[in-house]
Amino acid sequence: MTVPAASRPVFEVEGLSVDYVTELGDLHAVRNVSLAIHQHESFGLVGESGSGKSTLAMGAIRYLASNGRVADGSVRLNGVELLGLSPKELRALWGAKIGVVYQSPLSALNPSIPIGRQLAEVARQHLGMDSAAARGRVQEMLTKVAMPDPDAVMKRYPHQLSGGMLQRCVIAMALMTNPALLIMDEPTTALDVTTQAVVLDLVAELKREFDSAILYITHDLGVITKICDRVGVMYAGEFMEQAQLKELFKRPLHPYTLDLLGCVPHFDPTPQKRSLVTIPGSIPRVDQLPAGCIFAPRCSFVEAACTKARPPLAAVDKGHLSACRRWQAVPPPAEYLRAATEAVRGVQTACDTSDVLVRTSDVQVHFKAPKGTVRAVDGVDLDVCEGQTLGVVGESGSGKTTVARAIIGLTPRTGGSITLKGESLPRTTGRRPRSTLRQIQMVFQNPDASLNPTRSVGDAIMRPLTLLGGLDRRRAKDRALELLQSVSLPVSYFDRLPHELSGGEKQRVAIARAFAAEPGIILCDEPISSLDVSVQGSLMNLLMKLQVEQKTSYLFISHDLSAVQHLSDVIAVVYLGHVMEVGDATKVLTPPFHPYTEALLSAVPLADPDVKQKPIRLAGSVPSAMNVPSGCRFHPRCPRNLGDVCREQEPPWREGDGDHRIFCHIPLDELERLQAETLVLEAEEGA
Amino acid sequence: MARFIVRRLGFMVMTVVLASIIIFFATTILPGDVASQILGRFATEEAKSQLRTELGLDKPVVVQYGTWLGNFVRGDWGESPSMNTLVRPIVFERLGNSLMLAVVAFVMYVPLGILLGLIAALKKNTWVDQTISVGSLAFIGLPEFVSGLILIAIFAIHFKWFPSQSAIPPGTGFVEALPYLILPAITVALTSLAYVVRMTRSSTVDVLQMDYVRTANLKGIPPRKVLFTHVLRNSLLPTVTVVAIGIGWLIGGLIVTESVYGYPGLGRLLLFAIQRRDLVLIQSTALLIVLIYVVANLIADILYAVLNPRIRYS
Amino acid sequence: MVEPNVTDELFDTAIMDEEAVKGFSEPEQQERPKTWRLYWRRLLRRPAALVGTVIFCFFLFLAVFGPWIAPYDYEKQDADLRLAAPTLSHPFGADQFGRDILSRIIVGTRNIFLLGGSGTAVAVLIGTAIGLFSGYIGGTTDEVVMRLLDVLLSFPSLLLALVLLSTVGPSSLNLVFVVAILYIPMVARVVRSMVLDLKNKEFVEAARVRGETRSYVLFREILPNALPPLLVEASMRFSYSIFLVASLGFLGLGVQPPSPDWGLQINLARNFFAIAPWVLLFPACTIAVLVIATNLMSDGLRQVMLPGGGRN
Repeated sequence: MTVPAASRPVFEVEGLSVDYVTELGDLHAVRNVSLAIHQHESFGLVGESGSGKSTLAMGAIRYLASNGRVADGSVRLNGVELLGLSPKELRALWGAKIGVVYQSPLSALNPSIPIGRQLAEVARQHLGMDSAAARGRVQEMLTKVAMPDPDAVMKRYPHQLSGGMLQRCVIAMALMTNPALLIMDEPTTALDVTTQAVVLDLVAELKREFDSAILYITHDLGVITKICDRVGVMYAGEFMEQAQLKELFKRPLHPYTLDLLGCVPHFDPTPQKRSLVTIPGSIPRVDQLPAGCIFAPRCSFVEAACTKARPPLAAVDKGHLSACRRWQAVPPPAEYLRAATEAVRGVQTACDTSDVLVRTSDVQVHFKAPKGTVRAVDGVDLDVCEGQTLGVVGESGSGKTTVARAIIGLTPRTGGSITLKGESLPRTTGRRPRSTLRQIQMVFQNPDASLNPTRSVGDAIMRPLTLLGGLDRRRAKDRALELLQSVSLPVSYFDRLPHELSGGEKQRVAIARAFAAEPGIILCDEPISSLDVSVQGSLMNLLMKLQVEQKTSYLFISHDLSAVQHLSDVIAVVYLGHVMEVGDATKVLTPPFHPYTEALLSAVPLADPDVKQKPIRLAGSVPSAMNVPSGCRFHPRCPRNLGDVCREQEPPWREGDGDHRIFCHIPLDELERLQAETLVLEAEEGA
Repeated sequence: MARFIVRRLGFMVMTVVLASIIIFFATTILPGDVASQILGRFATEEAKSQLRTELGLDKPVVVQYGTWLGNFVRGDWGESPSMNTLVRPIVFERLGNSLMLAVVAFVMYVPLGILLGLIAALKKNTWVDQTISVGSLAFIGLPEFVSGLILIAIFAIHFKWFPSQSAIPPGTGFVEALPYLILPAITVALTSLAYVVRMTRSSTVDVLQMDYVRTANLKGIPPRKVLFTHVLRNSLLPTVTVVAIGIGWLIGGLIVTESVYGYPGLGRLLLFAIQRRDLVLIQSTALLIVLIYVVANLIADILYAVLNPRIRYS
Repeated sequence: MVEPNVTDELFDTAIMDEEAVKGFSEPEQQERPKTWRLYWRRLLRRPAALVGTVIFCFFLFLAVFGPWIAPYDYEKQDADLRLAAPTLSHPFGADQFGRDILSRIIVGTRNIFLLGGSGTAVAVLIGTAIGLFSGYIGGTTDEVVMRLLDVLLSFPSLLLALVLLSTVGPSSLNLVFVVAILYIPMVARVVRSMVLDLKNKEFVEAARVRGETRSYVLFREILPNALPPLLVEASMRFSYSIFLVASLGFLGLGVQPPSPDWGLQINLARNFFAIAPWVLLFPACTIAVLVIATNLMSDGLRQVMLPGGGRN
């Protein structure tokens, strides 16, 4: 090989296979995968759960559970073969040449050792520093990751810092030795969207400053666009496609990639609500792989030959690899999207007072805590009209879930009023008559906990039918079977117990159970956020389909702005227990914005490298709901803070077109002028 | 932290007060007429009522209780009818003996228990772990009179290495008492060992699965150092609690062991008092034992908080 | 080429990509067995627990059918047999009154099962009720109830038993009562912690928002999910109650003579230990075997029913 050193990849994986030894024999979790990363380059490893992306990364650096083993292949770091190194030799690389950043920074740091000492350990182990020198190095590194007041942070314990701060510490630790390879395993998944944006900015900056090749693992196609140069898409333990970032998004050459891109809601405030692409079936189990192409059973471009032999990952264009034998038949995304999706319904914004189904007026939920009062919800006014979806978006701690719980009566409100069709609702479920209970249903966030583990699926759906619907058992059973079918589950699931269902299937049962009562409104509390993107897409389609059929209203709560804008007619942006902006979806997503909405829009990672987002970053983290800031509660973090007015006076509601309202001191026309470039969506045809 | 300790102290006082009420009522009210018991069934009515006045039994129950508790706090623990001496010196003499036994047993099982628990956790799911886990399980809850008698059969009667009875005379020093303490201490250690082993094993197994241990490994730190700086600091916390609570049992709870070996500790004193129905002695001994237990629990709580920064700084 | 595993040398902490091998470690899940059958199969894979269960069942058998199986009348005294060494006709020998020890052990099994068992049963019933309501109602009620139970727990159990028995006097009924009082707080705590864990689960909230009554939520939604830990706790309590009843018997505060109580027999046999060790050793070993077997069984139950969770 006469390749000049500079262009040789720092990290090369060739034909790597990783097995797990289990009672059922060896499971080939990762099979014959190859990738290469150059210095200063970041390689995005994307895949849904079960795709083997973590196994690939950890197997490559030889860190596997005792029942895992590397079965075949070659892994080279700076030309040094890692397979075959002794444990001692590996330990000399781990932490020195290989740095790792983990998903949950809080659990990745030792709870009983001060942060400074944990970071210094790396410097002492690999840089041969004494403790004083190591401390200096830690300080320097913390400064480089833009940590305010590094000295104080070093003395802190992990539980005393916020998630974003902790992740910076972990990044500082991983980069301490300027490693050749930096593995980042979902480093921002556990963070709020505005914090995530700050951390992603930091990583992009450090990428230039340090010499590391980055292997970035994520399930989030949006995050990939912010950080990666090259992307590899994994499916059930193999690569389906590898390409440069822009190339992959513009012209994917594997049907799986195409489908994945179509599962994610696109950011276009149009008056038509379209369905999303769905992938039929589910990821095959690693021990039951189909004979030919592993994606063939779910592929919309499949032909007989695909099921005969497994196509290898091969170059189809310069630097573009696809494992599809029909890659030439794969259409451009825009074309495919039009063909594979359909218009479901128009946006419904018109709403008279008589159409208002649920109205909250100045609702407050305050909790007594040992050290003060938690103002979880602090004066929320919202209207949900018949057949309409109100999307409530906010970060953790915004009180969005508490609003829903107050409406349904699980958490009693401490002030304000809530009406259903004009009639005031009692504060708790216990005081509400069945006819009222029936009108409001809820789909919860955690699919694993929303069904009773000891009750069958059929029982779960039949109970509201008999209790609230007044059906006898035989009629209830018939209706339950119908409902199962309407949420696209086989009727054979009637007798199953929840642990036999996947997360998406459990959520479908929960949706069927909610619809069983034939409610006027369903409160959806982050119903899709714990699921894979393809499952999310199909659930959003289901929710939209049922809404059209049943004329139900939704209150859709999520931290995911893309999902909210996809489903909602009206959007409310909440921050620290208060609505900041509310209005028709199109109005909220176009200027003028509330400065907080603006920051959210700027921070949300969109799965489209062509969208231009002006970097607007929020300082610090959401304050505690026990110390709500004076004046405008957003002022300490607001990039458009006007000073004394914002600090001292509660802002006015500024009325825009239609029902669009913004809770801000800055006049709307000025906001509009300032915000012209916040989010530029390029026309699809420009691609 | 200070708040935490104050709250715990408050709870401790409450527990002792409630416990003293239970003890007082169980010994004073339930057994019926104390005067008849002391003087015998055939005593005259005048003699009985005179004794009741002497003992304050004609006063309302609450007053009796208050007087009793006040006297206990002041150190006036009364006179034992069955031994015809002041209660307090006897109780403290026995407390000293109990402490000696507790120290020997503690030294025997705590380090060994932690070591075995760690080995089992590090060798999880191997035959070593199986042996230690099943072995310790076998001893948990094995009555001390069974293990004690078997130990006596082997080491005292068969090998004649140690005395079979440990009825040391009052005032025996620690060194002289040591040979008499070995077998009882082993008996106690056998039962307690299992708790320490199991707690250490399960918490270490948990900690080993934590993300931060993976972080430490992937920092390239040698395994031994990972174990000592990252694992033990967290995994021994629950063990510390178990051991601290165990101290209460070591001092005041060895009723069966002391009875098997005839060792004059607090437990045997309590049993003696119960057999003689010596209410004054029962009350004082029982309340002292409760006090020891509660203090041990308090120490356990405080230790846990001090060693755990998540509680220390919240 | 197969790489030796590095993490064998480290502690086994490395990640196993759980998503990638989802559903593989428990092959049963594919066949959708009933829960109890699943437990049974897991039990079969644990030899120690299985042996414990078998021995336990053997003793249970003796407890039920003992009087018909015992070769001799357990009360029959035979002057010729006083302290007789084990022979073929009296395999465990005879005691100081010339009574057949084997027969006394067999008949005594019922005693220990009845006392420990009914004490445990009462404790489980009352403890479950307290734990369920206290945990579900929460607030001040819960605080007060739990503090009271904590006080009971802060007593050394044997001390509490002795103090109570010394006042009410040793009788079978009182023994059951004492065992129950001792174990109510522990059972209540286990149930309460399960309730606290479950009551904010979404499926319980779903029941509340559809207007289910409190008793429906408690007994139909929460209790079935608390059963496995409750069963484990009950079996552990039973094993401790054997310990306790035997210890009280040994201390002379259990069942009174001439009933064939194991602890009592051991206590009385101590005087003849040097000349006739079998009088003591056979009952002692029987207790040891039963306690160890029960422990193995209840630990096995815990591993089988609460895999991963459930600390001791």
